Amino acid sequence: MEYPAGSYDVIVVGAGHAGCEAGLAAARLGCRTLVLTVNMDNIALMPCNPSVGGPAKGQLVREIDALGGELGINIDRSAIQMRMLNTAKGPAVHALRAQADKRLYQDNMRSVLEGQENLDLRQVMVDRVLVRNGKTAGVVVSTGAVFDAPAVILTTGTYLKGRVIIGELAYSGGPSGNFPSLKLSDSLQELGIKLVRFKTGTPARVDKRSVDFSKMTIQPGDEKLYNFSFVSGIKEREQVPCWLTYTNEETHRIIRENLDRSPLYSGFIKGTGPRYCPSIEDKVVRFSERPGHQVFIEPEGRHTNEMYVQGLSTSLPEDVQMAMIKTVPGLENVKIIRTGYAIEYDSIDPTQLKLSLENKEIPGLFSAGQINGTSGYEEAAAQGLMAGINAVMYLRGRDPVVLSRSEAYIGVLIDDLVTKGTNEPYRLLTSRAEYRLLLRQDNADMRLTETGHSIGLIGDQRISYFMEKKKMIYDEIDRLNRTHVPATSEIKSLLKEKGSDYQQGVSMALLLRRPELSYQDLLELPLESPDLPQEVREEVEIEVKYEGYIKKQRSQVERFEKLENRKIPPDVNFEDMKGVSNEARQKLARVRPESVGQAARISGVSPADISVLMIYLEQMARSKGEGS
Amino acid sequence: MLNDTIAAISTPPGEGGVGIIRISGERALDIAEKVFRPARSKDWRREGFKLHYGHAVDTVTGEVIDEVLLAVMKAPHTYTREDVVEINCHGGAVPLRAVLKTVLTAGARLAAPGEFTRRAFLSGRIDLTQAESVIDVIRSKTEASLKVAMSQLGGGLSAKIRSLQDRVLGMLAQLEASIDFPEDDVDEKSRQELRETAGEIIGGLDRLLEAAARGRIYREGIMTVIAGRPNVGKSSLLNALLGRERAIVTDVPGTTRDVIEETINIRGIPLVLADTAGLRETGDLVEKIGVEKTRQTIEEAGLILFVIDAAQGVTGEDCEIIKTVDREKTILIINKIDVEESPELPLEEEWSIPRVEISALKGEGIEILEEKIEHMVTGGRTGSPDSIIVSNIRHESALVKARGSMEEFMSLADEGVPPDLLSIDVRGAWETLGEITGSTVTEDLLDRIFNDFCIGK
Repeated sequence: MEYPAGSYDVIVVGAGHAGCEAGLAAARLGCRTLVLTVNMDNIALMPCNPSVGGPAKGQLVREIDALGGELGINIDRSAIQMRMLNTAKGPAVHALRAQADKRLYQDNMRSVLEGQENLDLRQVMVDRVLVRNGKTAGVVVSTGAVFDAPAVILTTGTYLKGRVIIGELAYSGGPSGNFPSLKLSDSLQELGIKLVRFKTGTPARVDKRSVDFSKMTIQPGDEKLYNFSFVSGIKEREQVPCWLTYTNEETHRIIRENLDRSPLYSGFIKGTGPRYCPSIEDKVVRFSERPGHQVFIEPEGRHTNEMYVQGLSTSLPEDVQMAMIKTVPGLENVKIIRTGYAIEYDSIDPTQLKLSLENKEIPGLFSAGQINGTSGYEEAAAQGLMAGINAVMYLRGRDPVVLSRSEAYIGVLIDDLVTKGTNEPYRLLTSRAEYRLLLRQDNADMRLTETGHSIGLIGDQRISYFMEKKKMIYDEIDRLNRTHVPATSEIKSLLKEKGSDYQQGVSMALLLRRPELSYQDLLELPLESPDLPQEVREEVEIEVKYEGYIKKQRSQVERFEKLENRKIPPDVNFEDMKGVSNEARQKLARVRPESVGQAARISGVSPADISVLMIYLEQMARSKGEGS
Repeated sequence: MLNDTIAAISTPPGEGGVGIIRISGERALDIAEKVFRPARSKDWRREGFKLHYGHAVDTVTGEVIDEVLLAVMKAPHTYTREDVVEINCHGGAVPLRAVLKTVLTAGARLAAPGEFTRRAFLSGRIDLTQAESVIDVIRSKTEASLKVAMSQLGGGLSAKIRSLQDRVLGMLAQLEASIDFPEDDVDEKSRQELRETAGEIIGGLDRLLEAAARGRIYREGIMTVIAGRPNVGKSSLLNALLGRERAIVTDVPGTTRDVIEETINIRGIPLVLADTAGLRETGDLVEKIGVEKTRQTIEEAGLILFVIDAAQGVTGEDCEIIKTVDREKTILIINKIDVEESPELPLEEEWSIPRVEISALKGEGIEILEEKIEHMVTGGRTGSPDSIIVSNIRHESALVKARGSMEEFMSLADEGVPPDLLSIDVRGAWETLGEITGSTVTEDLLDRIFNDFCIGK
């Protein structure tokens, strides 16, 4: 029997990485928030790899942090290793990546949630979203409890009709042995929401005591201490290494001989999997000429013997998994703790969403994370944060917060999803961003802290600290531009030692632009220089060294924004538009872009269609003007 | 797309001597300034709604392309309500195109079909009731230009462009895969290998651009000058080629005063012929204008038919003239062989060029001349030009732009610039070629990365 169980401003369904950020953002902005999970012990669970960050994802984490989200601080507190990747590939793509202690990560996040004012947690299974008078009204859970709320955020991950597959074995289930959510996706379909079926997978976990590390290459963390968050202030961290080994012909032979038992190849798996995260059987089939594939053995935490076997994601039958894994050097006597599996799940076609992550048809219903067709903890958290913020904006009748493709990877992520949709679990990549040079991990705070402050998630103390940093950066860039470096014989010979031929005096900024010189080199010259914090120096160095490129990209952004700022009123009837191609008309009507720029990114919409659209908009605006 | 500066030829294509290039947008005047050398008023920028006489010059070489009249119209009193500059060219289709190309090089974007009209509407210049007709214009022009572009982009050419684009994409996938998947087994190509590939792509683009130049010759013709001392029979030759009387044929030196432009078709190649007023140094002022004009015409010509008189032999003046012409594009014509046998030619190197003996009056040797012309213009590559011709200016400027991006990549790769910056130019080249083939970058790039590399740490 259904009964009223309470009423809230915002209900978040799911407490994974999206749900945690969504719930925290809503509660911190002053909304009475309820976060529902099927298992209180699995808050902020990392059911797949034990790491956070990497290219594009690392940038996301810092953006989340700059906006006042929790992921950055939490991973800093829970990391057991950090590395800066891509350091030789240019400033735009430096990428911080952390190995997490999974248990610690969960515990830390759970205590943040439990300590959060305005936020309640409940362990329930949500069966239904309530819609009254066309608007979101709450949720109904399996016990019959009805929770009322005008805004609901769905962050159900891979739980919707989850189906776990190991070889010939398949059963209904969520990840890591959890219950699936069987009824909720039917309820969504009844509300007219279109669902798609995706698949993802994970490798086996093995017992550290059974691994022979002497046959592997050690992969230690960086000596330099890094943090994701601009404010976490962690100053030391004991690091745990990862290990690298390879598959070989014997591994591949076993896989090939058992392909007929692989659910991927037998057609048993129907969902679409991610191409960037293929199973080992997929790699062996598609790249048959390769003699070996990398396998990383990564710790799942400081206080557990479980280790993650990165690179051997598989849905082969358990006996084949065991035979195959034992052919890998160092894993000859390995004991498997958890078997690798594939999981299929329902997700919603994200083109049904607005850029605020609200459903276009059902006001007050938001969604974030894997349910929107993405994969990855960071992608989920980023959406969760934005959905949480925008649920609050919705309740307060304010304009949603939408980040542009030119200001954040978060903007790229959400715009891609909403505008283009996705036909595989979506992962953010730096190559998806047009303005990569502007969207760096080092300047995420410069890009977004003030936005976070105006939203209300960044406090006064942090903003004043930020403003101070910003001023230091601007002042130092200004100083470098104004300070002349005389071509004295002393300076000449100092620069010669650094491989730089110096004849005529130039400004410090021009000197810094030479590829062979660094900011540190400038500090070593006999000139007066301020003593600045490391992060300020780093920012100054990149901004000055790459100024030419950065300026070029900024001017591209200016052109881009002209189209982005041409808003399309929500009442435009695309079906009525004459002069656009049929394909463009259908797609415009389906996606209902919010700006001319967004419309131009829809595949099948040509520049001529955009011309017509602009004329149509002008025509509308003028007739309205005449009418009033 | 909204406020950048656009340019296009705004007069219908055809044989007309005068054509107008219209430039509209914030930077119209700045762009015009790069291209236009005024004869008198240095203050032309401020003098709107007036015609300014001067020359259009190539922004790269500084060479004069054409004699032009320039009209400046300041916003908002223009068709588009933006600053508009119109360049009236006099030299016919070939220089008109050359001026447009220079304007594009100077920073304008080639206008999309119907874009001037669209801007006029969006700026409120055109009445609301006309909106639908504006849409019709865009639609029909787009369709028409697509049709033309498609027909011009024959199967062979499109395959060639696609294959180059594919190689660019391969480079991009290489760079991007190593950035986005730093810990995967991406077999990284060395910078040297990437540069080699870039060099091959540039070579491929060059071949297409050469084909473009040939294609243009077939479509728009080649500017041809008949040069020679007065009264060696230049007008007779013109008549012989034309097959009818056009210029006045007279024995008095220097009577063919005007530069007459005429197009004749030689084996499918339109020769845009300018008759000349003779190259003789002259004190006659009226005559002099003709002579100077002729000098200039010779410099700009793509083909020079240099005529000497067999009856008079090789004179000192002939020797002077041959020093001024570009021998790569000159055919020596020994006329009046019906009167006198072909004279001994001087041994100097400048005389060793293709030659034909003719009698313009009797029509002898004209066929051999036509053969030589065809051979010289096409570089011996005759036959079916359609399969490899890039004849659309949009396509051609995209090829030039893509080539520029690849060149930029080459020089940056030398300087040790990191991959995240290098990929900007490679992506630029890919996107530019995509404007021809109509492919979208991100999805194709990801397809390529996942296809070429075993990703999945």
